[in-house]
Amino acid sequence: MGQAPAEVKGHIPQGVELPPARAGERALERRRRAAAYLQLLPGWLYLCVGFVIPLVIIVYTSLTTSGLFSTGGNATFSWHWANYSDGLSLYSNIYIRSLVYAGIATTICIGLAYPMAYWIAFYGGKWKSTLFMLILVPFFVSFVIRTVQWNFILGTDGLLFGPLKNHGLLSDSFHVLRTPIAVIAGITYNFLPFAALPLYVALERIDHGLVEAGKDLYASPSVAFRKVVLPLSFPGIFAAIILTFVPATGDYVNAVVLGGTGTTMIGQIIQNQFLEAHQYSIAAALSVVLMAGMLVIALIYARILGTEDETLAAA
Amino acid sequence: MSTAVSADVVTLPEAPVRTPRKRWTRFILPVFTLVMIVYLAFPVLVMIIYSFNVIPTTGESERQTTQFTCCTIGHWSGIFKVPELNHALLISIGVAFPSAFVATILGTFLGLVLARYTFRGRGMTNFIIFLAIAVPEIVLGSSLLAMYVQLGVSKPFGFSVPLGYWTILLSHIAFQIAFVAITVRARASGLDRSLENAAQDLFANPRTTFWRVTFPLILPGIVAGFLLALVLSLDDFVITNFVNGSTNTFPTWVYGASRLGEPPQVNVWGTVLFTVGIVVAVLQVVRTRRQSSEA
Repeated sequence: MGQAPAEVKGHIPQGVELPPARAGERALERRRRAAAYLQLLPGWLYLCVGFVIPLVIIVYTSLTTSGLFSTGGNATFSWHWANYSDGLSLYSNIYIRSLVYAGIATTICIGLAYPMAYWIAFYGGKWKSTLFMLILVPFFVSFVIRTVQWNFILGTDGLLFGPLKNHGLLSDSFHVLRTPIAVIAGITYNFLPFAALPLYVALERIDHGLVEAGKDLYASPSVAFRKVVLPLSFPGIFAAIILTFVPATGDYVNAVVLGGTGTTMIGQIIQNQFLEAHQYSIAAALSVVLMAGMLVIALIYARILGTEDETLAAA
Repeated sequence: MSTAVSADVVTLPEAPVRTPRKRWTRFILPVFTLVMIVYLAFPVLVMIIYSFNVIPTTGESERQTTQFTCCTIGHWSGIFKVPELNHALLISIGVAFPSAFVATILGTFLGLVLARYTFRGRGMTNFIIFLAIAVPEIVLGSSLLAMYVQLGVSKPFGFSVPLGYWTILLSHIAFQIAFVAITVRARASGLDRSLENAAQDLFANPRTTFWRVTFPLILPGIVAGFLLALVLSLDDFVITNFVNGSTNTFPTWVYGASRLGEPPQVNVWGTVLFTVGIVVAVLQVVRTRRQSSEA
């Protein structure tokens, strides 16, 4: 701070010679940097308290010997790795089921969202943003309410199958609700926009000239698509996978509302162990496993595309 | 090919004439997109239609039935008939606005600084924000609950944290910040730095520069971030369900009620919120359109 006063910009008395334009610049830069840290501080602190510390605490909780509530608050930290082995051995099939459901749903999501995002991005013209808006509009309605509506649609006498059954086109015992199909359909529906958004952003910024160039070099439309459009949209596909697969694996609303006894997902177990059984340590361990899996995927993403990629940022 | 290059007269193969596709296949993608839009909107349509469903009266509380019978506006006129639902809605609004407000202030600074300064810890900050968005809600929700419980058990600050309104509010801010930060960051990183330099060359002090130049330019990003935070808070179920104790927000109340069949007022309120959302979104689009056409 012992340098040229940075406040010279404020009031300059008449007749005082102005400093050369660059004189205060270095001091200004230093002040700017200090200001940057100062502006950063509140948000950073909040992220620490509201995000980093909770994650540390859940890892800590996952290594305590017994549940916080079940022992009247006498949980002891003891590197109790058995929580993990117990949790994984008890619920391994449910983890696998969650991964399978989420995997299928993610694949369908991308399969459905890609052609749609592609058409809007390349042929939407001036209606582009309006069309894309139409995709997002339904999501102004709460997640829970939308999921509950599928009960009415897929229900045994519901909107979809009720009429078909009345006309004898389906047998009366036919049902979709409470089956894996209903859960996967629900997840697909709920996470489709999360796939569509990054795909659209990635496809939208592809330079059409590149596709034209490909065609000028005698690429057929399908080759041009495979060799130009598809590779350029990889960041979008990857972002779509993260934004769909990760939350879908941990989702439990769809499984509760649309599923049955045979469709339990890991989210249900975690929620149940935390909120109803109060088995905190084991629930924390299950949650940490989920987080670790997510972390691996996120790290791969960050390594490949960086954390500042606009594709995810836009989503 | 090499012979063709060396020849004096290069004869190129007939260039494919690019006529617009006339075949029926050109309709596949537009029709598909249309079908998808209808598919995505379908449950919303069902929600709206069922708000007019005539429900056979069984006992005192009305519960939505799968069977649709046309039509009544009774649920619309009796929109406030379910006191717990009204209360849950009030809590939702009472959480959404303050949390979005705080998160917007904190997140704006984060986004702004990330977009324009290189500093030690920048990569780390970016990564944490990225994580905060990518982490499954259930992990964040359970972690926050573990923290509140841990606080209540070990009492490092001498008080316990009862689960309820305040824990919901604090948790919502925690996940909103990251979303606001990336929204503002996206807006601010496209900003022309020379505008600020110009302001400073014209003897504006840093504060004036910020309020007269920087702030108006990033304002659309801030507004978008605020709206996003608002929507995320109103819609949040998973995290709220972990930290709410016995206090219900709109989504958690609907979730609880849906086990027995929810009252038709849920459809009515869903429709109201949906309409408000659409109106705000359209206004926002119109506003940005006008601004970009002015520029």
